[in-house]
Amino acid sequence: MIKSLDPRITRAEIELENPIDPLKDLDQWETYEVFHQKKRGDQHMHVGIVHAPNAEMAFIFGKEQFGRRGMSVNIWVVKTRDVFTSDYDDSDIFDTVPEKQYREAGGYKVMEKINKYKKGN
Amino acid sequence: MNENTIAAIKELLYKMADDLLIIGHRNSEWTGLGPILEEDISFSSMAQDKIGQAQTLYNLLHELGEQEPDTIAFMRNANLFHNAQFVELPNNDYDFSLMRHFLYDHADQLRFEMLAHCRYEPLAKVARKVKGELKYHVFHGNIWVVKLGSANEMSHNKMQAALNLAWNYALGMFEEGPFEELLKSEAIFEGEKSLQEKWLANITPILLKAGLSIPEPKTWKPVLGGRKCEHTAHLAPLVEEMSEVFRYDPTANW
Repeated sequence: MIKSLDPRITRAEIELENPIDPLKDLDQWETYEVFHQKKRGDQHMHVGIVHAPNAEMAFIFGKEQFGRRGMSVNIWVVKTRDVFTSDYDDSDIFDTVPEKQYREAGGYKVMEKINKYKKGN
Repeated sequence: MNENTIAAIKELLYKMADDLLIIGHRNSEWTGLGPILEEDISFSSMAQDKIGQAQTLYNLLHELGEQEPDTIAFMRNANLFHNAQFVELPNNDYDFSLMRHFLYDHADQLRFEMLAHCRYEPLAKVARKVKGELKYHVFHGNIWVVKLGSANEMSHNKMQAALNLAWNYALGMFEEGPFEELLKSEAIFEGEKSLQEKWLANITPILLKAGLSIPEPKTWKPVLGGRKCEHTAHLAPLVEEMSEVFRYDPTANW
């Protein structure tokens, strides 16, 4: 029997030779992505992942893993496999040719005023 | 408030706080040993909630002239605790711990709900403050009990066995005290009988949904005594373990 400084472990009467069966495939619950909302009207933000057998359990786990510090007003949970993701090999779709300053915030005329103000301080 | 009313409120606060402290400690024994990480964290977090709620109630007792909250919690021996025997039973397997959590938290939520407008305002205030925590605890219990009650034969049988084992102890939560009438006439608390009725009405549909059966009423035999500080052999070692560090140096500053 394992004798531990933690009385709970000693009480559990665990054999020293305790062969652990290796987990079989698909022995785990699937995962859910958790999104929380900090205040009503805000966007929901991704905060992490939980294992759960259904959406309700994902909700109670998500609440306690990510919302227990009282920073949320709402939670979404979505099955990970229902999330369509782009391929990292396709990351180049986000590249854009630089000669399009007019599409960036820095290209607006107001930038001059902002820079002038920054310099003035 | 006259002396009798204060005595009645103290009796009410002691049993509520002691229930919370003892079940909070029992549930915290699962920390690090829970069935899966997410559940381990959730169950531990709720155990902390309960100990926090106990502390709030010990504070009220202190305001009514009892000793410091830490002293009340950690310096009494088991034969001075007013908790129901239900909450001191060992955790057994997770099925029993979950079932106890489910049965206890429904009662706890209702008790606080009944107190949310009681005439003793400090307690009413606490009851309103803990509303959200209790609601989550009840969500958690309901969802697990329904899931395991109806998942497969093994989980169903385990949950039914846990319910059968827990039942008479759970009924002991509603043991009547010497102040039932007074608390009612002073518009503080409606009474244990009324609480038990509401409790039964709340848990019945959930257990039905879980496919679990409440034991036949003719077999009901509430395990009483806890409110009068009569306990099983399990409470003394729990109190000893819980207060070991505090008693090592009661004057230490934490």
